[in-house]
Amino acid sequence: MTPLAPVNFEIGPGSTPATAAPVDTRPALIEVQDVSKMFGDRGAEALAMLAAGEDRAAVLARTGTAVGLNHVSFDVAEGEILVVMGLSGSGKSTMLRCLNRLIEPSSGTIRVRGADVTAMAPGVLREFRRKTFGMVFQHFALFPHRTILGNVEFGLEVQGMAKPARRDSAMRAIELVGLKGWDARYPSELSGGMKQRAGLARALAADAAVLLMDEAFSALDPLIRRDMQQELVELQRRLRKTIVFVSHDLDEAIALGGRIVLMKDGAIAQAGTAEAILANPATPYVARFVEHIDVASVLKVGTLTAVPPCVLRPGDDPAAAADRMEAMGCDSALAINAAGRLLGRADLSALRRVPAGQGVDRAVQPCARVPASASVKQALPVVAEEAEPVAVVDDADRLRGTIDRVGIINALARQSRRPAQEATAP
Amino acid sequence: MNWSVPRIPLDDWCDAALDWLTTALSDVTRAVSHTVSDWIAALTALLQLVPPPVVILAFGLLAWRVSGWRLAIGTMLGFALLWNLRLWDPMITTLVMVVLSTAASIAIGLPLGIAAALSARTWRIVAPTMDMAQTMPSFVYLIPAIPFFGLGPVSACFATVIFAMPPTIRLTALGILQVPSEMTEAADSFGTTRMQKLFKVQLPLALPTIMAGINQTIMLSLSMVVIAAMIGAGGLGREVWSAIQRLEAGRGFQAGVAIAVLAIILDRITQQVSRRVQPR
Ligand SMILES: Nc1ncnc2c1ncn2[C@@H]1O[C@H](COP(=O)(O)OP(=O)(O)OP(=O)(O)O)[C@@H](O)[C@H]1O
Ligand SMILES: [Mg+2]
Repeated sequence: MTPLAPVNFEIGPGSTPATAAPVDTRPALIEVQDVSKMFGDRGAEALAMLAAGEDRAAVLARTGTAVGLNHVSFDVAEGEILVVMGLSGSGKSTMLRCLNRLIEPSSGTIRVRGADVTAMAPGVLREFRRKTFGMVFQHFALFPHRTILGNVEFGLEVQGMAKPARRDSAMRAIELVGLKGWDARYPSELSGGMKQRAGLARALAADAAVLLMDEAFSALDPLIRRDMQQELVELQRRLRKTIVFVSHDLDEAIALGGRIVLMKDGAIAQAGTAEAILANPATPYVARFVEHIDVASVLKVGTLTAVPPCVLRPGDDPAAAADRMEAMGCDSALAINAAGRLLGRADLSALRRVPAGQGVDRAVQPCARVPASASVKQALPVVAEEAEPVAVVDDADRLRGTIDRVGIINALARQSRRPAQEATAP
Repeated sequence: MNWSVPRIPLDDWCDAALDWLTTALSDVTRAVSHTVSDWIAALTALLQLVPPPVVILAFGLLAWRVSGWRLAIGTMLGFALLWNLRLWDPMITTLVMVVLSTAASIAIGLPLGIAAALSARTWRIVAPTMDMAQTMPSFVYLIPAIPFFGLGPVSACFATVIFAMPPTIRLTALGILQVPSEMTEAADSFGTTRMQKLFKVQLPLALPTIMAGINQTIMLSLSMVVIAAMIGAGGLGREVWSAIQRLEAGRGFQAGVAIAVLAIILDRITQQVSRRVQPR
């Protein structure tokens, strides 16, 4: 029996959240660099004023130019869901529409797979929109004079695909979003949720790499909305789409589970995972924004793990292990195999009963475990039932540490105290 | 009264311009005049050859198709009344002129309306021209029509097209401009060309408005074709015109009723058509 060697797993609060690591290693699909957008005739003047440190209101008062975006830079990784958030008027829609140039940026560059979208000639841009972007709108924007099938096949029709082929693709997309049998109906015959499914199918049909979704679920009622969020996450997992999702709802951003770009007055206030933003709000604005969030659904178990004082390994002598456990005050210990996988839990009394010459595994019983990627909310029922700290495992069932009630309560108390304090700080 | 500022000779300028135009374009106008009058004559003769019951039934069927049996019965009763009043042939003459003028108005007005909607510069030229064309007393168009095309139905149609076309242009442009930006944005996001956007999204969505414009054009055509009887257009207008000249109140009233009946039938049928093209 050896004390747990920290090299075997990352432990404790402050370790990298499980969701952040894979995101950062994926190649950037979209690179937004220093993009600004001025609505008005005196854009150059407005840009200069911003550069001189003036704020939006001053620019509007002096030049009559509305600042849509103020030097925005961020990346979107291949296959991620990036949520652009912010209050009304913070420039979310403007940002999204700059990506496919429905709105022309005033300055800055946007690259998609290295290609500079901002420099594209109209014909090239058109082709690019067809192949790269599918867009879903807040109020669905379905064409009322076309059937659902007619709507869904629109993108392919525009590309000049032959009728039978595009019908096939459109029908597949319709099936994918669960609207099978509704293809011959008109949008007016569908409920809001179904309309948005149709909108999603229309964006998916052309098999574009990136989905741009502007408050796509905001017009739906809460229950349908949650269903759609879940389905979108599942669809994304299956189809490996890159999604840029605009929302003003932090709960939605958390449900979608991706990185968040938080905007204020046309600039980025903070970017990162929900947990990172929650743990370290960069400004009082951000703190206010995340104040009302259900911390338990954001915090991942993996960030709260403690190092278990005793861990049993193959080859440990049962009697010696039991002595040490007694010395350290442990009634039981988790057991792992050579690869670090969790085998179960062994009680002190059971270890004592293991006949001499046999391994610790004789004493091991199956035990409860929670995945490191689970939220605290999901882990709570398990933790509440167990008397001992509960084992936390990664995707491959390797032990990452343990979590107990006290740790959870402390973390929740810490998180819910912090934003309020920072918000009132000068 | 003694004016110190000399009068602008607007009338002289117009006359000069008109004189120049008539001589410069005489070959064109003569050719147009011949073709159009041949068309009108041929179409009128053809329709007058068909026995009235057949025409009545055909219109009844059309009304039934676009609306239902109520409109069909009303339409057939209306035409039967015209037949009974012995106004069938003048009615056909008027109808042919209305149809031809409307066709010409659409052929010119629709593209102009589209151009006006898509280009702000075109709109700035077309809008005031239309305002003038519509507010000018309709009789005024009759005068220049005569030197161009002579007395008769061709001049009548020419004046009618100028007078009746503006609603088609205006409502076509309006219909396209009123298409919600969400729709055009959606179209753009799928990479439509300008023409694809126009034909697949803007025009279909503008269609009800365009049809309302065409309906107005038809109504204005009818009223103008009646007025154009003063320059020898014939048809129901001539009945009214000669009744005025001879002070025959009864005959005038009868022709007036006939025109009203025709107007109502045309209005209801085209209104139903525009209701049917409404997007759901
Ligand atoms: N076409 C425009 N002309 C002038 N100003 C505009 C235009 N579009 C947007 N703006 C301005 O740009 C700013 C950002 O607008 P945007 O629509 O991107 O906000 P948003 O974050 O999407 O808000 P919401 O949540 O209300 O949709 C706003 O202050 C707005 O007034
Ligand atoms: Mg918006």
